[in-house]
Amino acid sequence: MARIIEKRHLTPVTKLFVVEAPLVARNAAPGQFVIVRVSESGERVPISITDFSRQAGTITIVVQVVGKTSGMICAMEEGDEILDFAGPLGRPAPLPEKGHVVLVGGGFGAGAIYPLARELQQRGVRVSAIVGARNKELLILRELLESASDDYHICTDDGSIGHKGFVTERLQDLLSANAGFTHCFAIGPMPMMRALAEATKPSGLTTFVSLDPIMVDGTGMCGSCRVTVDGELKFACVDGPFFDAHKVNFDEAVVRSKMYVDEERLASELATAAR
Amino acid sequence: MPIVYTKKTEMPCGDPAVRRTNWDEVALGYSEERAIAEARRCIQCQEPLCEQGCPVNIPIRDFIRRVAQSDFEGAARIIRSKNILPAICGRVCPVEDQCEELCVVLGKQEPVAIGRLERFVADWERRAGAHEAAKPPKRGAKKVAVIGSGPAGLTVASDLAQLGYSVTIFEALHAIGGVLRYGIPEFRLPKAIVDEDMERLKGRGVEFQANVVVGKTITIDQLMDEMGYEAVFVGTGAGSPKFMGVPGENHKGIYSANEFLTRVNLMRANAFPDYDTPVRRPKRAVIIGAGDTAMDAVRTAIRLGADEAHIVYRRSEQQMTARAEDYSRAKEEGAIFDWLTLPTRFTGDDQGWVTTMECLRMELGEPDDSGRRRPVPISGSEFTMDIDLAVIALGTNPNPLIPQTTRGLEINDHGCVVADSETGRTSREGVFAGGDIVTGAATVILAMGAGRVAATAIHEYLERKAADRKRTPSGDKRRRHRKTAG
Ligand SMILES: Cc1cc2nc3c(=O)[nH]c(=O)nc-3n(C[C@H](O)[C@H](O)[C@H](O)COP(=O)(O)OP(=O)(O)OC[C@H]3O[C@@H](n4cnc5c(N)ncnc54)[C@H](O)[C@@H]3O)c2cc1C
Ligand code: SF4
Ligand code: FES
Repeated sequence: MARIIEKRHLTPVTKLFVVEAPLVARNAAPGQFVIVRVSESGERVPISITDFSRQAGTITIVVQVVGKTSGMICAMEEGDEILDFAGPLGRPAPLPEKGHVVLVGGGFGAGAIYPLARELQQRGVRVSAIVGARNKELLILRELLESASDDYHICTDDGSIGHKGFVTERLQDLLSANAGFTHCFAIGPMPMMRALAEATKPSGLTTFVSLDPIMVDGTGMCGSCRVTVDGELKFACVDGPFFDAHKVNFDEAVVRSKMYVDEERLASELATAAR
Repeated sequence: MPIVYTKKTEMPCGDPAVRRTNWDEVALGYSEERAIAEARRCIQCQEPLCEQGCPVNIPIRDFIRRVAQSDFEGAARIIRSKNILPAICGRVCPVEDQCEELCVVLGKQEPVAIGRLERFVADWERRAGAHEAAKPPKRGAKKVAVIGSGPAGLTVASDLAQLGYSVTIFEALHAIGGVLRYGIPEFRLPKAIVDEDMERLKGRGVEFQANVVVGKTITIDQLMDEMGYEAVFVGTGAGSPKFMGVPGENHKGIYSANEFLTRVNLMRANAFPDYDTPVRRPKRAVIIGAGDTAMDAVRTAIRLGADEAHIVYRRSEQQMTARAEDYSRAKEEGAIFDWLTLPTRFTGDDQGWVTTMECLRMELGEPDDSGRRRPVPISGSEFTMDIDLAVIALGTNPNPLIPQTTRGLEINDHGCVVADSETGRTSREGVFAGGDIVTGAATVILAMGAGRVAATAIHEYLERKAADRKRTPSGDKRRRHRKTAG
């Protein structure tokens, strides 16, 4: 059990939780995730670690309502206990020791890239951040990330704040302007990461994406999370979640991530009807 | 002349036509009358060979005598003295390769049904509530960490708790039991039985910490160096599934057996949407492989509503590794067996769902390394099967998490932790290992046997360490730097 000690409403559909989980915080590193289950009949879902404090023994997660389970998490309040909270899982992001890293975050990823930024800053690596949201209201954790990056770019679909357009377009602009990036790390929805992989491929910019396939155990036991990288079978939960974007078989990853769309829809509908 | 019963007393089973539609336990167990009749088949050997076949040394002859005398409580006490999970073992042990294989009456007639009797006694005890709530021993000052809550870990933990150690089991998943929980299906091993046994272990003073992935949440080095655990037992099983590596294997609707069974057994996907985890409901399922796991998977597919469920195996019927009992149960439930068939490729529809499996027919050639005749493809024998679910049940490899994150832990070419079979000792001082992580996928009872051996060795190790420490106050430090284990 892990107690929620703080809840923040980032947007109407996105909530931030600071969770008391000293054992998870103890070894947490940027880029890792937790597996969460919130009820006895619930499923196990992976969630990126958005922040962690070893001193305070806390893990911060950001959850956006997309289905039944995320809805249940977002309905939890301060003081509530999360039934199962396992982690930190996956390998830490393979961050460089020097250079100039561009971090790209879309949706919840706009928060999840924060621990990468903080670590890079501590290493003295220059950090540019590009975050995307549909509109101004849905942009999250701006101050936090801004404080941890040397320059910070916002992209919204409607232009209500920052640049109008996709994060990939902004990245492309910066690449054309010879921003001097040595590495790119991205966390966000699958289409965004795929577009990003295509955007950085021509220049050969080393690019890592955090894949979030469907998981069950998160410990390498089931193979639900399998992805093909450079023609090889990998388990995202133990070999990832970060992989070389130019080698990921996105066609397959996208298809597999949609395995249970019908069931997810049904579960959401039933949950909404019950409410 | 006394009547000689040459066959085992039959154990009633659910009707195949009914049971293939539900998840109830298939084998129903003996009545008292049947148990007594079966127990009387035992000739009470002077030197009971059967006992040599039991990895945890149950005094088999003596418990059977009690059953014959209707002293079920006495029988239960005898079994309990050696086996902490008799209701489970009585259901899943491959007795035909162990105690029953050595039973002296075998040859002239069928062996005494030792497994069924064990199960009967354990169930009788559960029903009668006869098992005295063991007084939890005091948790002593010395801390031992057990990693993994499968049968190996449970046995070590129980034994060491009885000896007064403070034992904590760290389990990666949210539920306790290892393969007993996530692998073996309800219709073969009801989870209520696993639950009861786990509660009993808690009563014995064993502490469980679920959701701790050792190697990630905490490393063995940290457990020992920072958290004061004086010994560690690694019982993490052989959990990493193998895939075939054929084209199209990542289509939607293709699962490892571990995933398929975990979704149903641990996450209860069969009860979706009451439970949130989904699983594909098949019409035409194929299970690739013919071991225990494949039988469990095919019977699970049938219960999920498959009109047709096939076992596809590249070798022949004689070469399959599944237990005869599980094989015949699967057959009764309507599983179809395609022997000497090798899947070569999967193809799917525009949504990415698997629709077809391409195969080759095989024939048996020369013996291979395993001594079994090697299956070789018959040229021009290509054919396809229409499917909507495939389960790969070709075995597992040890999970590399612990070896990757533990200093000085030797592993072999198969990725198994190297441990002494007499003691469970590994190359790292204070770290012991047993069960599938050492042997590769094996059996519940062998894992328990390994746990028992390791518990004794851990106790001796800690006693010796304490004695050394008394003799030389700094002895402990010096020992730790020694290269080989103590
Ligand atoms: C489907 C199936 C059916 C089977 N049927 C039978 C049968 O009928 N009879 C029989 O005798 N045997 C059967 N077996 C084999 C038997 O279940 C295993 O041999 C036995 O469970 C091994 O026990 P174990 O304690 O070594 O490991 P496991 O039971 O595998 O338990 C290991 C535990 O460790 C946990 N773990 C792994 N890594 C970590 C980590 N890093 N940190 C913390 N915890 C960790 C796992 O989550 C798991 O709970 C079957 C196996 C399967 C898969
Ligand atoms: S070997 Fe067979 S007959 Fe002899 S004691 Fe054991 S069970 Fe009884
Ligand atoms: S989620 Fe099961 S192996 Fe990765």
